Amino acid sequence: MFKLEAKNLDLFYGSKQALKNISMGIKPNTVTAFIGPSGCGKSTLLRCFNRMNDLIENVRIEGEVLIDGRDIYHSRINLDDHRKKIGMVFQKPNPFPKSIFENVAYGLRINGVTHKKFIVETVERSLRQAALWEEVKDNLNKSALALSGGQQQRLCIARALAVEPSVVLMDEPASALDPISTQKIEELVHALKSKYTIVIVTHNMQQAARISDKTAFFYIGELIEYDETSKIFTNPGHEKTQNYVTGRFG
Amino acid sequence: MNSSQINRIKDQLFRIFAILCTAAGILVLGVLLYDVCSKGLDRLSWEFLANLPSRFPEKSGIYTALYGMVWLLVLTILISFPIGIGAGLYLEEYGKRNRMARFIEVNISNLAGVPSVIYGILGLQIFNRMLHLGNSLLTGALTLALLILPVIIVSTREAVKAVPKSLREASLALGATKWQTIRRVVLPSSFGGIITGLILSISRAVGETAPLIVIGALVYVPFVPRGPMDEFTVLPIQIFNWTTRPQQGFVINAAAAIIVLLIFTFFLNGIAVYLRNRWYRKLKG
Repeated sequence: MFKLEAKNLDLFYGSKQALKNISMGIKPNTVTAFIGPSGCGKSTLLRCFNRMNDLIENVRIEGEVLIDGRDIYHSRINLDDHRKKIGMVFQKPNPFPKSIFENVAYGLRINGVTHKKFIVETVERSLRQAALWEEVKDNLNKSALALSGGQQQRLCIARALAVEPSVVLMDEPASALDPISTQKIEELVHALKSKYTIVIVTHNMQQAARISDKTAFFYIGELIEYDETSKIFTNPGHEKTQNYVTGRFG
Repeated sequence: MNSSQINRIKDQLFRIFAILCTAAGILVLGVLLYDVCSKGLDRLSWEFLANLPSRFPEKSGIYTALYGMVWLLVLTILISFPIGIGAGLYLEEYGKRNRMARFIEVNISNLAGVPSVIYGILGLQIFNRMLHLGNSLLTGALTLALLILPVIIVSTREAVKAVPKSLREASLALGATKWQTIRRVVLPSSFGGIITGLILSISRAVGETAPLIVIGALVYVPFVPRGPMDEFTVLPIQIFNWTTRPQQGFVINAAAAIIVLLIFTFFLNGIAVYLRNRWYRKLKG
């Protein structure tokens, strides 16, 4: 049983086709990396899993996207409830202009949680999971905007984890960060794998090789190859993949 | 002379020109303030604020006008703020980007430029006559609300537009509904811009005379309004009235009333600046 699955998925921005007949399945508690040159559709596919593409006008989607076997585009699901199960971390850290505490508590508050002790405990647990607790525990009421970029990104991860999703989607989460922060994020991804299914879009080939179990290579809207990460990077089955992972283009 | 020297001279000339432009504005304001203050400052007293209008200039006060103005402003705020902010939010957050939206957009901006006396005529016809509200405070407030709505809508839209898309996405991705996102993320983040627009629009409403005269606000009101259906007068009308009188005493009264009106406007603008700065500091942490 796959956690996430795409079946014959086509996506159009107006008349331009951004995803072409994508079919793939992602197993629970794995880390899957999406790689490929800019504009290849990897972020677009990622955003299909929590229907963030709905926010863009003139998007048309054909085919199926299944989460736990349920089609999220065609069955009668409640979009808000669905998104609560799918955490998302964006390319640029985007903390709310609120305190550190309120950022993490946001997901609980919109769910109507008012139990104070529960909120405090969840905030601490999420910040610990995101390896940020030790750095901010004395300043929980400070504005999140006062944190460094790397801390902000880990705060965003904590914010996503606070609502206990089963899937975490990461759209180039470390591309705007320095090497040390990047390393922290990567360690985090590794640690979170036991509890979550993680999909990570990255431009960094070494990063994909380091942290993922499986890797999918995209090129101009098509899924060229999807296999074990070790195979993609040592013995790819497709010439385009070979050229891309060895840095000959992209 | 080579071209870089010419450019430097042009640069200097423009600088001087810009300074002169600023100076012209400040000079005119300075002369006006001096003229008004030299005439009216001595007249300002507690009695002037607390007295009813009278045919003797030295006994006249602006009590009813001040009272009416506060009434009128509160009603105008109650009517225009919710509608203006709501419309601005709708256009920016919910409305589709199509030809109709652009048409509405352009026309709202145009409405902001329509002479205020036109709004007065509209108010007279619709609120005073068709809805039989008479020359009441409510008619005045509805008319002023119409007058400042375009400013509120445009400034709300601009403030909301400035909230980064990434913040909305973060909220929606956490499972927030659109309304939760607007209430908890968009509005707090755009508070400074919205409040600035609101207060500037109110300080515009404070100074309006023409539309109120058209809808039939009274010039001489020897009583204070007790409810929204009462007749009323406001400071600008009182000033307008006094300046048309031949007696020197009333001219002095007008100058004193102008000072009160100016203080009121400065006060409102001060609040706007204060709120914006405080909000900005809070945002930055």
